[in-house]
Amino acid sequence: MNIQNIISEIEKTDPEVYEKLDTRRSAMKSFAKVSSKIALAALPFALGSMFKKAYGSPTSPTDIVIDTLNFALTLEYLESNFYIKAVNSGIIPAGAALTAMTVIRDHENEHVNFLKTAISAAGATPVSFTAASFDFTAGGTFPGVFSDYGTLLAVAQTFEDTGVRAYKGQAGNLISNNDYLTAALQIHSVEARHAAHIREMRNATNLLVPAGVEVKPWITLNQSGIGTSAVQASYDGEESVMQAGIAITNIGGAQISAAAASEAFDEPLTKEQITAIVTPFFA
Amino acid sequence: MLNNEINEDQSNGSPEILTKSLSRRKFFGIVGAGAAVVVAASSCKKDDIVNNSGVNLGSGDVGILNYAYALEQLEAAFYTKIIATPYANISAMEMAYLKDIRDHEIAHREFFKAALASNAIQSLDVDFNSIDFTNRANVLATAKAFEDLGVSAYNGAGKLISNPDYLTLAGKIVSVEARHAAWIRDIITMGSFADMTAVDANGLDKARMPDDVLTIAGTYIKTKLNATNLPTN
Repeated sequence: MNIQNIISEIEKTDPEVYEKLDTRRSAMKSFAKVSSKIALAALPFALGSMFKKAYGSPTSPTDIVIDTLNFALTLEYLESNFYIKAVNSGIIPAGAALTAMTVIRDHENEHVNFLKTAISAAGATPVSFTAASFDFTAGGTFPGVFSDYGTLLAVAQTFEDTGVRAYKGQAGNLISNNDYLTAALQIHSVEARHAAHIREMRNATNLLVPAGVEVKPWITLNQSGIGTSAVQASYDGEESVMQAGIAITNIGGAQISAAAASEAFDEPLTKEQITAIVTPFFA
Repeated sequence: MLNNEINEDQSNGSPEILTKSLSRRKFFGIVGAGAAVVVAASSCKKDDIVNNSGVNLGSGDVGILNYAYALEQLEAAFYTKIIATPYANISAMEMAYLKDIRDHEIAHREFFKAALASNAIQSLDVDFNSIDFTNRANVLATAKAFEDLGVSAYNGAGKLISNPDYLTLAGKIVSVEARHAAWIRDIITMGSFADMTAVDANGLDKARMPDDVLTIAGTYIKTKLNATNLPTN
């Protein structure tokens, strides 16, 4: 647990946090002395008590697990609301395409409900969004999101591939809780199944796919396969061919191209990177 | 080989055998103290020995990485065989994508081998006798089973990993396995990428524990694996 990060977070809402903590120097000191002896599970309580001393009033402990679940819930709300509007847009061809989009919409709704329930059950407050919370044109970047099928599929692919990277990046924050970690992984792989299917749909329709690029179910290098640089941040870094310091291209004498090496491993993004990507979609 | 030695010991019946047998077991590191007590009390019952024999995956994160390495060996061998002897009427796209998947699985296999270095288990012998590689439906049904199994294996193993870096690495691989699973499901039945046989009513994919995974995978792995030292939570 990174205490500095937590304090920085609080600093955003209370610029005087350092002064307050400093005037309670003894609280900090005693915390530092004791912290090495506190079991990891007890740490949120210890932090809670430190801030309680600093602020002199009861403050609920900052909990990285709850924050992470709420971050996931935020992304699920984004996806869920997107697919509700997409399915109702009238531009998705009836049959296999509309059926698939409906399956995905239902999963995203289920993820919203599952995370809401999990967060409430933990005694915390789930974040909440409504349809009015979102702007799926991303401030005009995708004006045809619900009127042009190619744009709709491109945004869907970007959301799914970004969602996969978001969950991957957050897994470490849930490592202290087996149940939440497992559930997050179970959502993560469903998002990857969605991503693969949307990519198949984009391959079949070939809408907004740049010439010479093939959109496969897996991500090749840092190619979005979408003819706009607006989504590139969701694909930057996917070209990595190094894993834990090991070069994957032609590893072990096998003929593995850089493209295949990059496809074989999906890459995580940090909470900050994900937030920067999705912020334009919030009204 | 271990079995032979122990069988010999049993027929010999010398009181020294127990100690000898235990120290050998200690050397191989395949039984914990509890199991050793059972052996001592039951005078080397054969069942106990059989259950604890085989290639030991190890304990802790190394054990989980070896477990993943074993599954990737199985998948890589399977797709290598498909590409070497493609089924009848394979389309150009299927051939191209199955080659991609083969390369991904080989990359995973070789990655674990390199990462584990001297802790890596041996190369495993596979048994694909039950698969008709000339038959598209049979090959794809097996591929679907392997990919769904792989996804559930990584999902279940996540909580058994203690090093967050390894957890992220497992995450980097599992989503690619899920992409494979989705595509294979779709070329069997379009639209089945995440149907109710894969995803539950909460929108969650499956998570399986190593024992369950290895029981299913065991049909296709000739080399006996010993997973008794893997973490359980």
